Amino acid sequence: MNARMRAAGKIPSRFTEGLAQIGACGIFGLQVLVAVPRSLRHFRETIRQVWFVGAMSLVIIMTCGLFVGMVLGLQLYDVLSRFGATAASGTVVAFALYRELGPVVTALLFAGRAGTSITAEIGLMRATDQIDAMEMMAVDPRAYVVAPRFLAGIIAMPLLACLFNALAILGAHGVCVSWLGMDNGTFWSNMTSNIDVWKDVINGVWKSVAFGAVCTLIATFQGYTTAPTSEGVAYATTRTVVFSSIATLALDFVMTAFLM
Amino acid sequence: MNPEPTITAAADDALISIRGLSTRLNGKTIFDGVDLDIRRGRITAIMGPSGTGKTTLMRHITGQLAPDAGEVIVDGQNVWRLGRDALFALREKIGYLFQNSALLTDYSVFENVAFPLRQHLKLPEELIRNLVLTKLQAVGLRGAAELMPSELSGGMMRRVALARAIVRDPMLIIYDEPFVGLDPVALNQILKLIRTLNETLGVTSILVAHELAAVRQIADQIYLLAAGKIAAHGAPDELARGETPWTKQFFTGAIDGPVPFQYPAPDYATELGLAGSRA
Amino acid sequence: MAQRQSYQIGTGLFIVLGFAALAYLATQTTSLANYRQGDSYTLNVEYTNIGQLKLRAPVKLAGVRVGTVSAIELEADKLQAKVSLAIDRRFNKIPDDSSAAIFTSGLLGDQYVSIQPGGSPDSFKDGDQFVLMQNSMQLEELIGKYLVGQGDAGKPGDKGSAKNEVQPEAKPDQKLEQKPEPKK
Repeated sequence: MNARMRAAGKIPSRFTEGLAQIGACGIFGLQVLVAVPRSLRHFRETIRQVWFVGAMSLVIIMTCGLFVGMVLGLQLYDVLSRFGATAASGTVVAFALYRELGPVVTALLFAGRAGTSITAEIGLMRATDQIDAMEMMAVDPRAYVVAPRFLAGIIAMPLLACLFNALAILGAHGVCVSWLGMDNGTFWSNMTSNIDVWKDVINGVWKSVAFGAVCTLIATFQGYTTAPTSEGVAYATTRTVVFSSIATLALDFVMTAFLM
Repeated sequence: MNPEPTITAAADDALISIRGLSTRLNGKTIFDGVDLDIRRGRITAIMGPSGTGKTTLMRHITGQLAPDAGEVIVDGQNVWRLGRDALFALREKIGYLFQNSALLTDYSVFENVAFPLRQHLKLPEELIRNLVLTKLQAVGLRGAAELMPSELSGGMMRRVALARAIVRDPMLIIYDEPFVGLDPVALNQILKLIRTLNETLGVTSILVAHELAAVRQIADQIYLLAAGKIAAHGAPDELARGETPWTKQFFTGAIDGPVPFQYPAPDYATELGLAGSRA
Repeated sequence: MAQRQSYQIGTGLFIVLGFAALAYLATQTTSLANYRQGDSYTLNVEYTNIGQLKLRAPVKLAGVRVGTVSAIELEADKLQAKVSLAIDRRFNKIPDDSSAAIFTSGLLGDQYVSIQPGGSPDSFKDGDQFVLMQNSMQLEELIGKYLVGQGDAGKPGDKGSAKNEVQPEAKPDQKLEQKPEPKK
């Protein structure tokens, strides 16, 4: 009886807690946006973060891109051959990549690779009082620590997504043309006559810009507000991956609806 | 509450004065009407049992945590009425030594000490170099300038943090538990540094600590914080002769007293189920 | 300092690489690739039906791309579609009795203009008009023809021809499609 009452009371409190988290994250996002112009003074720090979140994620992004492209090429060639439309293999691979898989898979990998390390880094800075120390030295950590990472995420994500796509196209080309014997000219000409720069490539870039902003915002927020214990940092990194993935996919749906 | 006449008398001399401070954190009362004055150019120690909110008090002073009631006046300014820019301007005049040093792990010792300079002042590189090396020399770590914080021992890290705290010649330095986890040599080094800084620069210092032996050597004034109030205050020798149960327990280190050995709990016998059989 | 230099170079490399990938995707795998227009000259064709032919669709000769569709407009007086083809200068020996047909690439692919060379010794010049052309084949039309032909029992010859038209086309196609399946 008592336990049940407690459980009943917990559901709304969890719900409001979740709302409060979203609200806090939103407010944090606004504060970071306000801090962005001030952070431009430390632009060197932003460059350093582009190196950490972008360049250091290159290997995983490019490897995964290659494999995703190869799998897509293999699968689509097989499926399309049932309709006698193998000529469209490259095109369908490109459509799938540019519009969806490129931005989304890159964002998910980014959350796992760069997002977690951002959270852990800021979380440890919080746990070892480095964030407080900056505040005490009259340096706004939002401008010095968070904003450069946020900017770096926005800069790095679309570039990573483009590299992912490029490698995936090459992977699909390798499978379809070199292995399955599709005609090289058909592969490219079919693609070039169907893919549109603005509708397909650039829209995908917009998506990954948005994903970059959301993923780094969540990662920095989780690190910034973490409980200053080792357990707290561990929870925060987990939450970064979970929330980034959910936010990416939900935002993907909304953006697809608007960009179509 | 402890409104003593001596406090009001010393008020104009005070760099910091706190009146009627009350704070509750997570449903627990931390402060319940604390009045306190920190005098200019002196070393004031804040002591008390663990968990009485000594660090929380420092966070009130530096404007990191808002109190529920009361006012905190630092250098004539009410900290909680200040806007962000004014608060930051005030903080630039405060050096804060964190318990775990809080060095920026990404930067070398040199860059850590140079950090406040680079952030706030546009100085030529040569001047920054001279200033940083001077401060590092003062803490005896000029030779470690190019090391990373991870290569330092705890005592060295604290000295680097001290160099960073004083690099802009602050009017107030707050030492948060500067003696914790130090070996006797490192402890004496820090002790000497605190005294030298106070004597040569005339800096006001707040010392949060519970190492009585160390504090007695340098403090001009001690505030004993207990159960959300100022339990006692005065010069170290005065307090050592203290009559109140708080001072007695704290200065003799008795296990039981106003600070209970047992954490509040229901009756022992009842909880073990022995109450019934005994009755 | 040396370390700072190296990560800055690395970051620069990453950014350049990223933009190179974007440029590659945008120019090599999209319709921009077809847009690469060097020097070209224009030929015009008039069709009664252009089907789904779009701007920038390829123009091919013997299967090789020689230009793009540069304009499509309706000629109000003749009620015909006037299609302008921008042909690359390099291909300036197209006989002036060639014909221009609208084909579909594959069963569901996009439509393109195919030039079938004639035998005239003279070549097209800028602004010339094709005399011979073949309209777009409409799938609906073909199906319609087939259904009408089948329904009309009074004309066995028509029915036969309709069947002949469709079936030989369909059969090799199916065979081709079946080819990859045995590997499953």
